[in-house]
Amino acid sequence: MLVIKDLAVKFPSRFGEFTAIEDVDMTIKPGEIHGLVGESGAGKSTVGAAVIGLLSAPGYIANGELSLGDTNLRNLTPDQAHEIRGDRISMIFQDPQTSLNPLMTIEDQLIETIQAHSNVSDSAARKRAVDLLEEIGIKNAAERIKAYPHQFSGGMRQRVVIALAICTDPELIIADEPTTALDVAVQSQVLDLIRRLARDRQIAFMLITHDIGVIAQIADRVTVMRKGKVMETGDTPQVLGAPTHPYTQALMDAVPPLDHRIARFRVPEEEGTAGVVTGNTAEKWLLEGQQYALTGLTLQDLCVRFAGPRTSLFRKPEPYVALRDVNLDVRPGSIMGLVGESGSGKSTLAKAITGLITPSSGVMRLGDEILPAGKARSRHHPSRQLVQMVFQDPYSSLNSRHRIGAILTEPLWFYGFVQDAKERERLAAAMLELVGMAPDAIDKYPHQFSGGQRQRIAVARALLARPRFLICDEPTSALDVSIQAEILNLLKDLQSMFGLTILFISHNLAVVRQMADDTAVLRNGVIEEMGATEDLFARPKADYTQTLLSLTPVMPREWQSAG
Amino acid sequence: MVYFILKRLVQSVFVMLAVAFLAFSLFRFVGDPITQMTGVETSVADQERLREELGLNDPFIFQFMRFTTDMLQGDFGFSYRTRQPVAEMITDRIPATLELGIVALLISLAVGIPAGVYTALRPKGFATQAILMTTLVGVSIPTFVIGIMLIFVFGVQLGWLPTFGRGGTVQIGGWESSLFTIEGWRALLLPAITLGVYQLTLTMRLVRAEMMEVMRSDYIRFAMARGVPMRKLHYRHALANTMVPVITIIGLQFGGVIAFSIVTESVFQWPGMGLLFLESIRFVDIPVMGVYLVVIAFFFVLVNLIVDLLYVAIDPRLRVKDV
Repeated sequence: MLVIKDLAVKFPSRFGEFTAIEDVDMTIKPGEIHGLVGESGAGKSTVGAAVIGLLSAPGYIANGELSLGDTNLRNLTPDQAHEIRGDRISMIFQDPQTSLNPLMTIEDQLIETIQAHSNVSDSAARKRAVDLLEEIGIKNAAERIKAYPHQFSGGMRQRVVIALAICTDPELIIADEPTTALDVAVQSQVLDLIRRLARDRQIAFMLITHDIGVIAQIADRVTVMRKGKVMETGDTPQVLGAPTHPYTQALMDAVPPLDHRIARFRVPEEEGTAGVVTGNTAEKWLLEGQQYALTGLTLQDLCVRFAGPRTSLFRKPEPYVALRDVNLDVRPGSIMGLVGESGSGKSTLAKAITGLITPSSGVMRLGDEILPAGKARSRHHPSRQLVQMVFQDPYSSLNSRHRIGAILTEPLWFYGFVQDAKERERLAAAMLELVGMAPDAIDKYPHQFSGGQRQRIAVARALLARPRFLICDEPTSALDVSIQAEILNLLKDLQSMFGLTILFISHNLAVVRQMADDTAVLRNGVIEEMGATEDLFARPKADYTQTLLSLTPVMPREWQSAG
Repeated sequence: MVYFILKRLVQSVFVMLAVAFLAFSLFRFVGDPITQMTGVETSVADQERLREELGLNDPFIFQFMRFTTDMLQGDFGFSYRTRQPVAEMITDRIPATLELGIVALLISLAVGIPAGVYTALRPKGFATQAILMTTLVGVSIPTFVIGIMLIFVFGVQLGWLPTFGRGGTVQIGGWESSLFTIEGWRALLLPAITLGVYQLTLTMRLVRAEMMEVMRSDYIRFAMARGVPMRKLHYRHALANTMVPVITIIGLQFGGVIAFSIVTESVFQWPGMGLLFLESIRFVDIPVMGVYLVVIAFFFVLVNLIVDLLYVAIDPRLRVKDV
C-alpha cells in the first residue's frame, strides 16, 4: 500500500524556490487503480516521479511522508532506491515509440530487467519473459521476443512496455499517460490489460492522465490536481458524479460528451479570455474580404500513393496506398469532421488539398475551380490564400525566432492585402483581440505563450490570409480539455461569423460530434462512412464506426453535467 | 542491404569521377606541362611535336578519358620533379601516413570516449570541469604549436623521445611499418599525439553532448525506473545509442586526419604523403598533386562507406530485409 502524506516537491532556481507540488495526500491500496487527473503543469507527473525517486534535478522532496508497505521511501540511500525501482515500484511511460531502447531486442531488455532483480539463469528468465508476453497478449511470443522495438506496432509496443514494467512483480506501477499516444481501439485493449493486472495480480496503479473519460472507465478512486495542489479526492463515481469542488465541476463541463451535442462549452473561468470581442477592425476587415461567397470543396476519386519500401533490387517497390478513391463533399459554409485512427490518411488528405503532396489521381475542386495537384499548383494560385491551415502542435507550427507581429503580418504583405506597414500592425493587433488575446502580444515571441494561446495565434494567422476554407488538423489534441473547450468555442464563433468552410480533422470522436455538421470516417485510406454528424453518431452504419464509438471511453450519462 | 551497398558504391563512383576531373583540371589550367618539361633551348617545332605525341592537342574530353583509364590501370604518370612513377612515390609514403593517422585515431578514441562518458555522467564534478578546460585549451592551440611544444618538452628538455623521422622500420611485403619496433613506436608517439589532440577533443565533446542527450531520453528513464543496474544502463543502453551519431563525425574526421596530417608531418619530418604533398607544391609537381588529391578522395569515400556499414551494424532500424 502506498501512502503519501503532505508531500511537497520544490525546484530551486536562481529566482528562488519553485514549489511544484505541496500538501499532496494519497493512498493507493493493492489492486486499486488510482486516477490522477489535472491539466498540464498541475504536478501529476511530479507526484509519480517523487514516488519512484526519479525527480529531475534539481527538484527535491521538501516535505512529507512517502511509504510503500513498511518501507519509508524517503529514508533510502540512492542504491537502495535503485533496487526498489523495478522490484517494487515500476513505471509505464506515455509514448511507446520512445520508451524502449531501439538498439536492443525485446528479449535482451526483458531478460536484463528480470535478472536485475532476481538471481535466475538466462533460460529461466527467457521462459518467464515469453510467458509474460503471452499473458499480455502477444501472439507467437517465443519468436516475437527476438524482434527489435521498431518491429512492433504502437499498441504492441505499449504491451511490451507493460511487460517490462510487470516482469519483476512490482507492487505499484505508476502509469504516466499510458494510453495518450494510442488509438482508441488500442487504448481500450491497454486499459483492459491494466484492469486485469490490477485484479489478478493485485498490482496498485497510479494512473496519471488528463483524459477524464479514461479515469471514468477504469479508475477505482480519483484525485484531481491543479497547480500542484489536490483539489478533490475520493471514489470515482462520487468525485466525477457529484463533484464538490468547483474546479472539478469546471473540468467536467469542458469534457466534450460523445452522445449528444452541446451548443457551447462552458469554459472554466480565470483563464480570462472571455469569448470573442465583437465589432472591431479585424472583423470588419475580414467581412470586407468576403467577395467570394461560401466556398465548398469536392474531392473526386482522390488517390495518393507513396513509394513503398524496396524489397528487391530489380523490382519496382510496391506503392503504399495512403488514400484510395476518396470522394468527399464539404458543403459551403459547413464544418466537415474527418475522423480516423493514426495512419488512416487524415493528414495526407489535408496535405493533398493544400498542395503539399501530389495525388496520383483524382480531381479536387475548390468552389467551382479545379485545384491543380501538388507541384503543379503555382505559388500564386488563389487557393494558396483561400485555403489555410491550423496545425496540431502549436509549439512547432510558429517560427520561434519571429515575433508574433512578424508572424501575423506576413500573410498581409505576402498576399498584398495591406501595403502600409503601420496598418498591417494595427490589423494584426485587432485580429489578436478577435481571437481573444491581448493586442500587446504582438511584440512577444511564441515561447512566451501557453499552448492554448499559441493555438489562438495560429488561428489568427490563418484568418489574416482571409481564407474561405480552413483546414484544422487535430487543432486541440495537444491541449488540455479546458483550453480545448475555449479553442473549439472560438472556432465555432469564427465559423458562424465569417461563413468559413472548415475541414476539421480529429481522432477524437467526441470533439467531432461537437464541431462538425457532417462527418466522414476514414480508415486505411478509405472512407468507411459519411453523413450528417447527428445521424452518423446516433445510427452508425459501418461496423468500423460502431466499433470506434463503442471503444471511446465515456462517462456515464448521469455524471455528465446538463449541457 | 545489398541494394544499399550497391547504391553507395555507385555514388562513390561519381564522387571519384568528380575528383578525378578536378585533378585533371590541375594539369590543364595550372601552367603548361610542356614548358614545365622542356628547357629554353627546345625549339618551338619540337615542343609542338611533343605536344602532339603526348596527346595534348586532343579534345579535352578524350584527354580526360585517357587520364581516367590510365588511373584505373594503375598508371599514375611521372613526377616532374623526380622523374619517378607517381604510383611508386605515393605507395612508398602511404604506410607512414596511414600508421600515423590510425594511431592518432586510436589514441583519440581511447581517451576521448571514456572522457566523454565520464564528463557526461558527472556534469558538475571538479574533474569534469578540469577536463573540459584542458581540452578547450588543447583545441585552441594550433597543431604545429602543440607539436613544437611536445618536441621541446619530450625531445629536447627530457630527451625521452626522438623528434623526427620514423625510427626503426620493418619491411612487411610492400609495407614499411614502424609498428614492430620499439624505436618505431617511440618515433610515432609524439606526432600521433599531436595529430590526435584535435580529434580527441572533438570526440570527447561529442560523446559528452550525445550522452547527456541520451540520458534524458524516455528509454533511459524507463530503464532507470525498472532498476536496470547502473553500469549496464550507462554502457549497454546509453553508450550504444550515443555512438550512432558519433561514428559519423569520427569517420569524417578520420578522412580529415589523413588529408591534413600535412602540418604534423612537416613539424616532425614524418616521411608520409603530407610531406610529399608539401614538397610537390614547392616544385609545382602537378602530377603528384593530382594523384594525391585522388588518393585522399578515395580514402574519404572508403571511410564513409565503412561508416555507413557500421551504422547498419549498430542500428537495427536501418537493416532492411532482403527478399
